[in-house]
Amino acid sequence: MTADRPIASAARRILAVGVAALAAATASAAMLAAPAAASTTDVATTCTPDGTTACVSPVVLDSDNEPLPGIDVTIAGPGFEQVVTSTDGPVSVAVPEVGTYTLTIDEDTLPEGTTANATERQVTAQLGSTARGAFRVGEGVAPEGGGATDEPTEPADGGTSDGAGAGGEGEDTGIGADGSTQNVSGWPAFSQVWQQFGSGIRFGLLLALASVGLSLIYGTTGISAFSHGEQVTLGALLGFISVNWWGLPVPVAVVVTILVCAGTGWLQDMVLWGPLRKRGTPVMQLMIVTIGLSMALQYVIQMFIGGRSQRVLPSNAQPLELAGITLSTASWISMAVAVVVIGAMAWFLTQTRIGQATRAVSDNAALAAATGINPDRIVRIVWIMSTGLAGLSGMLLAISFGSFTWTLGMILLLLMFAAVTLGGMGTAFGALAGSIVIGIVVEMSTLIPGMPSSLRYASGLLILILVLLVRPQGLLGRAVRVG
Amino acid sequence: MDELSRILIQALGQLIAPATAAYALAAIGLNLHFGYTGLLNIGQAGFMLMGAYGFAIATIEGAPFWLAFLVSAGAGALLALLLGIPTLKLRGDYLAIVTISAAEIIRFAGRSTLWADYTGGASGLAGSTYKGPFQALSPLPDGRTTIGPLEYLNNGSDSWWTRIFAWSVVLVAVLLVWLITRSPWGRVLKGIREDEDAVRALGKNVFAYKMQALVLGGVAGSLAGLLFVLPISVAPDNMGRTLTFFVWTVMLLGGAATLFGPVLGAMLFFFVYMLLRTGMRAGLADVMPAQNVEHLAGLMVGVALMCIVIFRPQGILGNKKELAFDVR
Repeated sequence: MTADRPIASAARRILAVGVAALAAATASAAMLAAPAAASTTDVATTCTPDGTTACVSPVVLDSDNEPLPGIDVTIAGPGFEQVVTSTDGPVSVAVPEVGTYTLTIDEDTLPEGTTANATERQVTAQLGSTARGAFRVGEGVAPEGGGATDEPTEPADGGTSDGAGAGGEGEDTGIGADGSTQNVSGWPAFSQVWQQFGSGIRFGLLLALASVGLSLIYGTTGISAFSHGEQVTLGALLGFISVNWWGLPVPVAVVVTILVCAGTGWLQDMVLWGPLRKRGTPVMQLMIVTIGLSMALQYVIQMFIGGRSQRVLPSNAQPLELAGITLSTASWISMAVAVVVIGAMAWFLTQTRIGQATRAVSDNAALAAATGINPDRIVRIVWIMSTGLAGLSGMLLAISFGSFTWTLGMILLLLMFAAVTLGGMGTAFGALAGSIVIGIVVEMSTLIPGMPSSLRYASGLLILILVLLVRPQGLLGRAVRVG
Repeated sequence: MDELSRILIQALGQLIAPATAAYALAAIGLNLHFGYTGLLNIGQAGFMLMGAYGFAIATIEGAPFWLAFLVSAGAGALLALLLGIPTLKLRGDYLAIVTISAAEIIRFAGRSTLWADYTGGASGLAGSTYKGPFQALSPLPDGRTTIGPLEYLNNGSDSWWTRIFAWSVVLVAVLLVWLITRSPWGRVLKGIREDEDAVRALGKNVFAYKMQALVLGGVAGSLAGLLFVLPISVAPDNMGRTLTFFVWTVMLLGGAATLFGPVLGAMLFFFVYMLLRTGMRAGLADVMPAQNVEHLAGLMVGVALMCIVIFRPQGILGNKKELAFDVR
């Protein structure tokens, strides 16, 4: 925690934020430059998504995952209805406006003796992308591999399932068309950029809640916890269960989620990490244990929700415009909660004795132990705190994005690692700065014409590799010679 | 009794299934990374997916089988170079982070609409589009052959020919690993695993050795991807993180840093896994739906992985002294 030493800290933090902003700008510029030609390559479909077109595509697969031709699917949405027959290749249609469309499979057209795994799929059409609804047809077999074909409803495609976000974007394009800011080549208007910037801040703040914990775990134990992604999904799952199954009001559900998730951290440290620490198990082995834990948790989560995507809040999102950015009301509240919690974390780490001890252990465990700090106790607190925060992050993400599936944490884990590496592994404030940068870059990268929304997470990897090449210790980390 | 013998035969079939060979080969590659060199590669599925796409796309574009085979291997080597350059000079866990991220990103890229002309997007590539040249190579006569309780077609997707080819590749890989790990080169690798600084002090170029190991293991991984898709189709969603984790379990079960560990691990793992799943599906049919049985089996694999690492990190065949990793 070198970054927080009183004298050096202020200047360095300002510098870091500056560098972070710069990095964000370069990264988005780099990505803007690349795929100009890409937008026209999508010729296999009958509808090519661009800045003003949204496409919906039904995908019908047989039990071998191969396209099944000749099946009729009805696409219905606001003031729009069309029957599409599947072919050997992808088919898609342009829809008049963004929003939710229902795909209904015509069971009369299925081959004899087969059934579809669902008769209806809901997809969210968005400008510049193709929303897919997948049906799997087989002989009464349940689909395997969970979300394998449930692509459209995955929060992997992130904000697309956020009704308010999509609406906001559509509106922005409308504004752009009225004014003169709309570029002919489909480049985004300023209002769109600003909207995505807002979404990016939202994503960054919620990501920060989880990645600060990941960074603290790394700092105090040396473990890159691969199970942290599942801890985030667990939060979303608990939020879903406590609101929809137990009928708790949302604020109570948030508290319950945090408590239960923190409980899992305490339990893990009691039965797993604590005893292993006492045995002196090497860090590399512990990391593989986190892999096993992540796999186990992933299947536990799937037992509850299967491959389906779930909504935490049953009601539809209410859009709210603040400073030209339209997000759902729940998103704004989530952001406020995140800011408060992050502030509390900062206060805890810098002002309280335990917080200072945490940073001391993170800096140098042996030295901290010599000054009378009990590293074992600190590590337990860190596990409890970071799993609790990850749970909160998961629940807030699921609320802001509208829905989630079991893959939520898997994707977030990559972004968390990118954020933590960018900020400097082991530094709490570095993780915060890194998360905001990653959040903004990920959301802004959807503005690139022709960029499929599922690929925006690739920007996280791009940043990760650039950081490792240029400044491996991260923005706030301390350079250590490793070879 | 009928039920029991059916379950047993199904599990026996897993011992020689092409998928088991694919896992064995992927674990052999991972063993070169982790077991011999101490590199944490948590993205073996990414290498496999690269190999699968490389092979399938090359074949669809008209390449003969062996050229497509080379393209597949080259795809894995390329990915290893790309991931190795930024990470191998740094602390070990950066490679872990970058590989796990890259594997996911490759999967996203494969299923995205951007390159759907080549990769088939989320639905992937149908097996019939790329299996032709491989199946035409078969020297076996048409028909079915029964050996013991196992009966398969001679030629075709799920055939004896696929099995013979897959296990031959595994055999060659085992032979190569045996040769290279007992060479001076292999001893340097083990030295890097034990103490990187000591090896560096001896004047060895640690970065180059690590890179060579990463590329070799990556090529094994991508060829494993080729074997994986030969009997089925290329579906990016079947080759995600779970695949990587299974490969890890296979390798650690058999024993890291052992020659036959990955092969034994793969056979044992899939025998037990199939036994568990079919057994539970039959036994728990009234208690829970088939879907949950799959989840329960996956949960058990996760717990098993944790238990192996905690209680017997050397696996079945390994030597505990071999696991004195230089953790940095």
